[in-house]
Amino acid sequence: MKNLQLEVRLFAYLREKFPETLGGTPLFLEIAEGSTVNDLLIQLGLDQIDIPLIVMVNGVREFDEKVLKDKDRVGIFPPIGGG
Amino acid sequence: MKILRVNMSNLTIATENVPEKYYLLGGRALTSRIIYDEVEATCHPLGENNKLAIAPGLLAGTPAPSSGRLSVGTKSPLTGTIKESNAGGIAAQKLARIGVKAVVIEGKADGWYILKLTGNGGELIPAGDLVGKGNYDAGDILRAEFGEKTAVMTIGQAGEARMTAASIAVADMEGRPVRHCGRGGTGAVMGSKGLKAIVIDDTGAEGVEIKDKEKFKEAAQAFSKMLLANPTCGQGLPTYGTAVLVNILNESGALPTRNFQEGRFIGAEKISGEFMYDTIVKRGGKPTHACHPGCVMRCSQVYNDADGNYLTAGFEYETIWAFGADCEVDDLDQIAMLDRLCDDIGVDTIEMGVTFGVAMEGGLLPFGDGEGMIRIMKEEVAKATPLGRILGQGAAVTGQVFGVTRVPVVKKQSIPAYDPRAVKGVAVTYATTPMGADHTAGYSVATNILKVGGFVDPLKKEGQVELSRNLQIATSVLDSMGLCLFVAFTVLDEAKAFPAIVDMLTAQYGVEFDVTETLGVNNLKVERAYNKRAGFTAADDRLPEFFYKEPINTHNVLFDITNEELDSTMAPFDMEEEVAEAAATKE
Repeated sequence: MKNLQLEVRLFAYLREKFPETLGGTPLFLEIAEGSTVNDLLIQLGLDQIDIPLIVMVNGVREFDEKVLKDKDRVGIFPPIGGG
Repeated sequence: MKILRVNMSNLTIATENVPEKYYLLGGRALTSRIIYDEVEATCHPLGENNKLAIAPGLLAGTPAPSSGRLSVGTKSPLTGTIKESNAGGIAAQKLARIGVKAVVIEGKADGWYILKLTGNGGELIPAGDLVGKGNYDAGDILRAEFGEKTAVMTIGQAGEARMTAASIAVADMEGRPVRHCGRGGTGAVMGSKGLKAIVIDDTGAEGVEIKDKEKFKEAAQAFSKMLLANPTCGQGLPTYGTAVLVNILNESGALPTRNFQEGRFIGAEKISGEFMYDTIVKRGGKPTHACHPGCVMRCSQVYNDADGNYLTAGFEYETIWAFGADCEVDDLDQIAMLDRLCDDIGVDTIEMGVTFGVAMEGGLLPFGDGEGMIRIMKEEVAKATPLGRILGQGAAVTGQVFGVTRVPVVKKQSIPAYDPRAVKGVAVTYATTPMGADHTAGYSVATNILKVGGFVDPLKKEGQVELSRNLQIATSVLDSMGLCLFVAFTVLDEAKAFPAIVDMLTAQYGVEFDVTETLGVNNLKVERAYNKRAGFTAADDRLPEFFYKEPINTHNVLFDITNEELDSTMAPFDMEEEVAEAAATKE
């Protein structure tokens, strides 16, 4: 089975868990073909976090069961607000 | 409580008892009601027959958390509609503590005055050398004269010149003019009256009466805990402020860029909340700062320049987007300087940023020219030159002057920082709120993008009308209580939050009433009825043509909610005049 290449961006205080992303640098990750958003969160260790996360795939809000594709751009946000 | 009526034509101030029909109104519901009752809807907004109504919310001056918003209402010189614009800062709480339910400014003075308010009433004092001063200097002069702890509201040069983008500045706890009733040109109305400043001194004031103190305290503490436990209100906003939205709107492909030509900005990270946080910490500023005492969310901040000296505060997402992505500027220091200049000159940052985006498309400056905007703000807008006056009228007039067809306004008020095609729920609000394009009037972004109050797909039309309508009702309620809109991030997800707010009101006023009906539904009826009298029709509740014709590049979608669907948003609030009158006066 081949792996998918993903471009993952973390935002707000999620960056503190991944110091290499401070300043906005994306993570370039590999994940097994057929993986879902939830699989990605498990791989990142974000599945057990006690806050609801917002996940965007290619600019569209997606949920845990969404199957990822090669070269997807994924953004992960903690709950934030403003206006 | 009393109502102070300030007649600028004959320089008299009358103290009036609060009519029974106003007893359970406050903030926006009260200012809108006063304008509805007293101001001819077809009057010239800058003439002697318009009025400026200023009211703290129903909970102002109490220990209710984040309850210090101040409402200013008028007939807007920008939109021609009824207008309520609210701000933080320390004025609302002081007004409530000196027993003032509302101040009504009417008539028109020869010359310029300062209105001084204390627990014993008001006094009009000639403004003298204050005229011509920006908000920073004006505030410093006034506090030196009237006391460092007084609350100061001022207009800058833009309000004096009656520019329709002019704001009213409300000083924060440090005395900085960084909180503004920004939208709709309320500063121009204040200027048209000859009123340069309002100073509120609550020394020795009795404070706000609370009928059942124990019950109030219990509800206020419970509400405060809920706000702090909410990850958005208790963690996201205090750390990053509202600018945390730059990245998520960019990631969503909904960050209007280059005068709404595109949905993503390549420089977004450099103007993001995360970048701002790092910059503030590095330079010894304050990432977390409250705009009024008792706010637990503390989303404001103090932003220093590269040398570590104070530059600006209350540096908001909307401002950063308007001068940033919308004008393709990716230098946060330049945007901070523009924020400071807007605060000082006294203009709405959203209106000015969008205006520059339109002017750039019209060839006034190249996109990305932050220094050019700074120069024009200092040399043209602050000095009210002919070019400065054109820009100071906002995006609609500027677009007309420069022959631009892509002019993002509704009812002549600039559309803020969420593209209508890619966040359709907030677009319904832009089109249908009685205020002209205003994201805060029904912040569907919460549910479309931020996972608050469920999820309604931002790219589809389904569910947007109901979402916007319900949020418009809820917002009217919060605006009338003087609560910061950001408590909605908790209220929409925590079932016990709204009952706690109602408990506070009941404990304070000693009466139970239908809060949603009185402050929400009825107020929207009043505002809609006023606009109808002013000549507004369904044809005004539309977005500009280009959102229906030019797909946004990030999602290849148009704004596709039909006119009939838009019209159904506010239909429940449209009634015959006499019925509206009866509904609005119902206790």
